[in-house]
Amino acid sequence: MRMQPNAQFDGQPVPEGAAATAIELSEASVTFGRGDRAVPALSKTTLKIADGEFVALVGPSGCGKSTILRLVSGLVQPSSGVVIVGGREVAARAVRVGMAFQNPTMLPWMTIERNIMLPLKIVEPFRSNFRRLRKTAFRDKANALLEQVGLKGFGGRYPWQLSGGMLQRANLCRALIHEPRMLLLDEPFGALDQFTREELWAILQNLWMTHKPTVLLVTHDLREAGFLASRICVMSARPGRILDDSRVDFARPRTVAMTFEPDFVALNQKLRAFIEDARSAAQQGAG
Amino acid sequence: MFGIDVRQKAWSAGLIVLFFVAWELFCLMTGMSDLVLPRPSQVFTTLIDRFPVLWPHIVQTLATTMFGFVLGVALGVALGAIIGVSKTAYDTCYPLLIGFSSIPKVAVVPIFVLWFGSGTVPAVLTALSICFFPIVVNIATGLATTEPELEDVLKALGASKFDILWNVGLPRTMPFFFASLKVAISYAFVGAVLSETVASNRGIGNVMMTASSNFNVPLVFAGLFVLAGLGVALYVVFSLIEGQVTGWATRKNDVIAT
Repeated sequence: MRMQPNAQFDGQPVPEGAAATAIELSEASVTFGRGDRAVPALSKTTLKIADGEFVALVGPSGCGKSTILRLVSGLVQPSSGVVIVGGREVAARAVRVGMAFQNPTMLPWMTIERNIMLPLKIVEPFRSNFRRLRKTAFRDKANALLEQVGLKGFGGRYPWQLSGGMLQRANLCRALIHEPRMLLLDEPFGALDQFTREELWAILQNLWMTHKPTVLLVTHDLREAGFLASRICVMSARPGRILDDSRVDFARPRTVAMTFEPDFVALNQKLRAFIEDARSAAQQGAG
Repeated sequence: MFGIDVRQKAWSAGLIVLFFVAWELFCLMTGMSDLVLPRPSQVFTTLIDRFPVLWPHIVQTLATTMFGFVLGVALGVALGAIIGVSKTAYDTCYPLLIGFSSIPKVAVVPIFVLWFGSGTVPAVLTALSICFFPIVVNIATGLATTEPELEDVLKALGASKFDILWNVGLPRTMPFFFASLKVAISYAFVGAVLSETVASNRGIGNVMMTASSNFNVPLVFAGLFVLAGLGVALYVVFSLIEGQVTGWATRKNDVIAT
């Protein structure tokens, strides 16, 4: 993997160790619906994420992992508790984040290049210059990112001409083009085959190491969490709480081979045990 | 591919020719009076002979159709956008729209004539009222089917409702919109002719009405041929525009594998 420093991303470099808090949830709860039909999705969750950290959220399905992402992005407001992102409380106005979901949702009538530039059309300060720079600087920016994820020369293609793995790489580019300080990923590789997925882990790791955004990754795949994250939070079944919060200190850049080493497997088993406990607790509660 | 396409077109053309030949032969063999069913050759001769007289009426019919169509599109897009964006508006307006669209439009022509007198205005209004409904439905459907994930991605960037509508909603609606234009232009044409037939002293509909009361049956059929020709021409024009604008929706399966 190439690791050239990227001059375009002149966001604040984060010194290791001493970092400011990027995301802070204190006692945040989310309940959907009202009255009898109220469904608690997240209960009194407290979580602090430092600037530049790569945090993976794992847990049984339906445990409110995605709800945390939606809280941080401002798409959902907490029913109680406080959510602070980038030093400010998440109010009605959303903060500048990059998001990517399992479904790449590229717009079929635009080329990949123009799809990737879409955030620039919306986010200031790019927005005001979009008409002027879309054919020059912004286009170069999009192509530089495409090159970084191994899609050099595919900018002029349309989404239907690309495979699922290629679309997901383009999706990562779209999430990063407006230089967000925060990247929120909701099972971005969930629909891909094992080999493509592993390839994209390396690409995402590379992107993170060059741009150093704060990343919050929701995933079902424990190997994925171990490979990518610098910290893994395990959540309980619905309504979600954080059961375990552990650091992952394997050296970077990590490789797929590392995921078969004893230390890594031990971590995996530890996480698995937590999730199985959570699942059986939930089943007993339900039964 | 190309060969099949050409052959298909040849078959279609052949069928049209065959239709007219069969008609001609049928009239000749049964000795059909041209007061009942004129032969196609008579109709075409009449069409050519009377063309200078027909021409202003053709222009009139086309003009009322287009005018009603343009107004109908404007109204349809506005209404479709409103009920496509807001769920509440959709639920509120839909029953009324269904009710309005189920009224046979012949029934409203007398009302338009009552209000505006006979002539161009009721023709335009009939065209409008008959053609706006498919546009409303298609625009609303297109807007309502925007992927929620993409909406989330854009909202998380701080996009306003208008940003999402402009960058995602409206372009996504284009294939639906142009498909509905094809239908709407045909409807508008029907509406205009309908109103001309009932209450006007100009337009192809009126020519056919007058010719029929004079038992000039070949001229009635000439009018019918003109209408068919115009209808097809309008349809073709809007199909071509559709192909140009929304090629992405009718893509080929040329997927490139990794």
